[in-house]
Amino acid sequence: MKGLLKTTWMEAKLFLREPMSAFFTLIFPLMYLFLFGAISGNEPTPQYGGQRMIDTAIPSLTAVIIGITGLMSTTMTMATYRESGVLRRLRTTPVSPLVVLAAQVIVVFAMTCLGMLLLIAAGMLVYHVRFEGNAFSVLAGFVLSSLSFFGIGFMLAGTMPTVRTAWVAGMVLLYPMMFLSGAFFTVDLLPAAVQKVSAFMPLTYVVNLLRGLWTGQPWGDHLLDVGVLAGMLVLGIIVSVKTFRWE
Amino acid sequence: MNPIVQVEGLRKTYGTTVAVDEVSFEVREGEIFGMVGPNGAGKTTTIECLEGLRKPDQGMVRVLGVDPQRDGQTLRERTGMQLQQSNLPDRMRVWEALDLYASYYPKAADWKDLLAQLGLEEKRNAPFSKLSGGQKQRLFIALALLPDPQLVFLDELTTGLDPQARHAIWDLVRDMRAKGKTVLLTSHFMEEAERLCDRVAILDHGRIVALDTPAALIRGLEAEERVVFNLDGGLSPVLEEALSRAGRLEVQGERVVVHGKGDRKVQLVTEVVNLLTGLGVPFRDLRTEQPTLEDVFLSLTGREMRD
Repeated sequence: MKGLLKTTWMEAKLFLREPMSAFFTLIFPLMYLFLFGAISGNEPTPQYGGQRMIDTAIPSLTAVIIGITGLMSTTMTMATYRESGVLRRLRTTPVSPLVVLAAQVIVVFAMTCLGMLLLIAAGMLVYHVRFEGNAFSVLAGFVLSSLSFFGIGFMLAGTMPTVRTAWVAGMVLLYPMMFLSGAFFTVDLLPAAVQKVSAFMPLTYVVNLLRGLWTGQPWGDHLLDVGVLAGMLVLGIIVSVKTFRWE
Repeated sequence: MNPIVQVEGLRKTYGTTVAVDEVSFEVREGEIFGMVGPNGAGKTTTIECLEGLRKPDQGMVRVLGVDPQRDGQTLRERTGMQLQQSNLPDRMRVWEALDLYASYYPKAADWKDLLAQLGLEEKRNAPFSKLSGGQKQRLFIALALLPDPQLVFLDELTTGLDPQARHAIWDLVRDMRAKGKTVLLTSHFMEEAERLCDRVAILDHGRIVALDTPAALIRGLEAEERVVFNLDGGLSPVLEEALSRAGRLEVQGERVVVHGKGDRKVQLVTEVVNLLTGLGVPFRDLRTEQPTLEDVFLSLTGREMRD
């Protein structure tokens, strides 16, 4: 238990010392929030069903953070630790691999939460965004989405042979997802063919679920999203446990 | 007294390559035991089988009385391991690494004492990536000493270090022995094994080809000693003939090397100096070279290049 606490605290410090991960998780989404605010202002937009674009920016950008922490932070940390021999050194101590994995999940989850809280605070203070959903529902959807994306990260870290390939795989998945999942602009605006592609992107389901819950839609409208994300989570756990290697 | 480490008939293959073949030895409590050998001789594979990091194909291994494969947890709690290739996260500070790793052991030594012992106090707040090679190795030794272990494994401890760092680390290893710990190390520096180890096993092609104290290994070689000196005027035929009676001659320009075992009564160096002064030949920079563990090593493992 003491080992888990110390490892978690250490990993949190290391996360914040790494300028790239701290920037992309905490600062980059805020920059987009202000960009959206500047573009759309406070006027209602027909494409958003009469809502202001900024009102749905928070759940959308939260989805982006989840994509980044899952595919960049988790993947890179685990792949780097394995390739450079950090895990090898840990293996000579009595610490359990579960402690190492759990600390990683806790820290990345906490940082994702922090990123979302910063967005909410900025949105409320600067744009007085409306929140019509249920806070617990949003939180539950957020936990499910985060964990299922961390699962993808661990899968990539476990299956890719080197840090470089893990990074490339993460980027190849992340970039199209950010633009085609509806996080930055609604999928309805995209050509029909591209809309079909977006149905294959896990982040699309995160965007749909979080945006729906944020605007007060019931869970019943999002059974597909929940099903896809839960399936990914189970797959992620199985594959990452099976493919975990110390070296 | 039971040996700390017992190995009998250890065998490990990777595909068709036999890395370790029928290796048997014991390590006694309180000694520094060294394994030396050319690259690919099976040193690291052997040590990793003892550490429980690799599963032997055949043979019996007992470390502190337990089987590393069945009771790895006990072993990891009671031994210190320094690996040939391992790392810490770049931005982890020295004190943080010690504090973190201390939390993994049920009865950890006080890391603040280790920091002082290993001369890392000044580097307490330095990130791992900013440490020199010697400082990194000292930190890894500190981590290996955290469980206050009975047995310490050190794999290629001083590879890539400058002479100062190497000597400082040798002192630390002797210090471990003085505190009653047993040390099992691998090295490819013969000088290191000769100066540091109580007993040395020489491995080649996965087998132990010799195992004894360094002094006994050198005596057993019955190697020639060498007398080396420089002659300003070059070698005259008279002198050449006289010297050849003392031993085998090797001439490299002004430099002359006499290889020989000397007489039972007269040492080779006395014989050579007597000859030179008797003939009135001026010479410079005369020195003798005794056989070392490196000579033993080369005579046992051959001179051809490995991998």
